[in-house]
Amino acid sequence: MTDVRDVLIIGSGPAGLTAAIYTARANLRPLVLEGEPSSTSDQPGGQLMLTTEVENYPGFVDGIQGPDLMAAFRGQAARFGTEFLTVKATSVDFSSRPFGVWVDDEEYRARTVIVSTGARSKMLGLESERRFMGRGLSTCATCDGFFFSDQPIAVVGGGDSAMEEALFLTRFAEKVTVIHRRDTLRASKIMQERAQKNDKIEFLWDSVPVELEGDGRLDGIRVRNVKSGEESRLDISGLFVAIGHVPNTAILAGHLDMDEAGYIRTHDGAKTSVEGVFACGDVQDHVYRQAITAAGSGCMAAIDAERWLESVGTD
Amino acid sequence: MSSLTNLSEETFDEEVGSSDLPLVVDFWAEWCGPCRMVAPVLEALAEENAGKLRIAKLNVDDAPNIARRFEVMSIPTLIVFKDGVAKKRLVGAKGKSQLLQELAEFI
Repeated sequence: MTDVRDVLIIGSGPAGLTAAIYTARANLRPLVLEGEPSSTSDQPGGQLMLTTEVENYPGFVDGIQGPDLMAAFRGQAARFGTEFLTVKATSVDFSSRPFGVWVDDEEYRARTVIVSTGARSKMLGLESERRFMGRGLSTCATCDGFFFSDQPIAVVGGGDSAMEEALFLTRFAEKVTVIHRRDTLRASKIMQERAQKNDKIEFLWDSVPVELEGDGRLDGIRVRNVKSGEESRLDISGLFVAIGHVPNTAILAGHLDMDEAGYIRTHDGAKTSVEGVFACGDVQDHVYRQAITAAGSGCMAAIDAERWLESVGTD
Repeated sequence: MSSLTNLSEETFDEEVGSSDLPLVVDFWAEWCGPCRMVAPVLEALAEENAGKLRIAKLNVDDAPNIARRFEVMSIPTLIVFKDGVAKKRLVGAKGKSQLLQELAEFI
C-alpha cells in the first residue's frame, strides 16, 4: 500500500523549494521530486544552477552565486523536514484523489500536489545541434565558457539571458558576437547598456543561424539575414543559445488546463484547473520569470495547499 | 566532503595508468552548477560498485592541461579509462539510472 502524503512537490527551483519551506514549517512533511541532474536548466535547483552572479535577489547586498542560492533554499527546506528524491516524475493522474505521481513504475500518492517544474531554454531546432553538443555547442555558458579562452564565439538571442551570457563569456572569449533576429534588443536597459559598452561584444542584427559547421568540433555557423535572405559564414568555435524558454509540462498535458504555449493556467492565487493541485514558478509564468517572483508564487502555492487541506479535512 | 580521489596534473597519468579497475574521471569545477548536482550521484555509484569500478575527480581549474589534452569543452565530462586508455566519454550531467546504463559495459 502506497503511503499517502499531504504534499508532493514536483520540481526544485525557487518556487518548489519555497513551497517546501512553507509546507514543511506547517508540519505537512512535503516530499519533493527534485528532478535529475542534467546540463540543461531542467534539473535539481532549476535555471539558477546555470547562472553565476545573481544581483537582484533581495537580501544579498553583494549578490550571490546562483548555485549557492539554490543550495541555501534546499538546506532551509531540509531543515524543517522536507524529504527529497533525486528523480524525475514521468507521469501523473489527477483524475481521482489522492492524486498519483509516477517515476517510471514507482507510485507516489498525495492529497495535494504542487507543480513547479519550471521552464527550460529553447534550442535552435537545427538537425546538426545534436552532433555539436559538447563539441562547441553549449547549453550552459557558466559550465563551458572556460574552455573558449581567446576564441571567437557567439550567443544567439536578444533578451536579458542572452546579454548576461554574452557579458559572462567576455571573461574568456576573444570576441563574442550576439546574433539577434531583430534590429533591437528585448533586454532590459541596464543589460543592453552593459553589453553595448563592452569592447568584446559585437552585434549581428536581423540574423538567424541556419547551420552549424565543423569536422568533429564546431568551427563556424551559417547565418541568414532575415531581411535580405542572404547567407554568410561566421567563424566561431563556440555557440551559446539564449532564445527563450519552454515550460516543462509534457507530463501534465491533458491533466491540467494550459495556454497555447503549454504554460499552466492558474487562478485565484496558485490554483489550477484541478482542485487540490497548485502551480507556481515559471511553469505558470512566462511574464516575470524571476527567482523572487517564483519564490513568491511558491509561498502562495504552499498557503493555498495548506488551506485547501484544512478545508477538506483529513480522511 | 567528497569521498572520491582528487586527481591532479601530477598524479593523473600514474593513477590512470596503474588502475586495475575501469577508472571514471569526472572533469569538473566549483563554478559549474550541473557538476555540483551530479557529484553526489557519482559518490553513490562509486560506493555501490566498489571493487568493480573506480571514480575519481579532476578539477579543470587546477589541471587545465589535462582537460586540454582530452579536448574537454564542456563540463561535467566523464571519461572512462580502461588499462590507461580512454574508452568512453559522457558529456553533460545525467541522472543515476542513465549513468548506470552508460557505464554498464564496464561494471
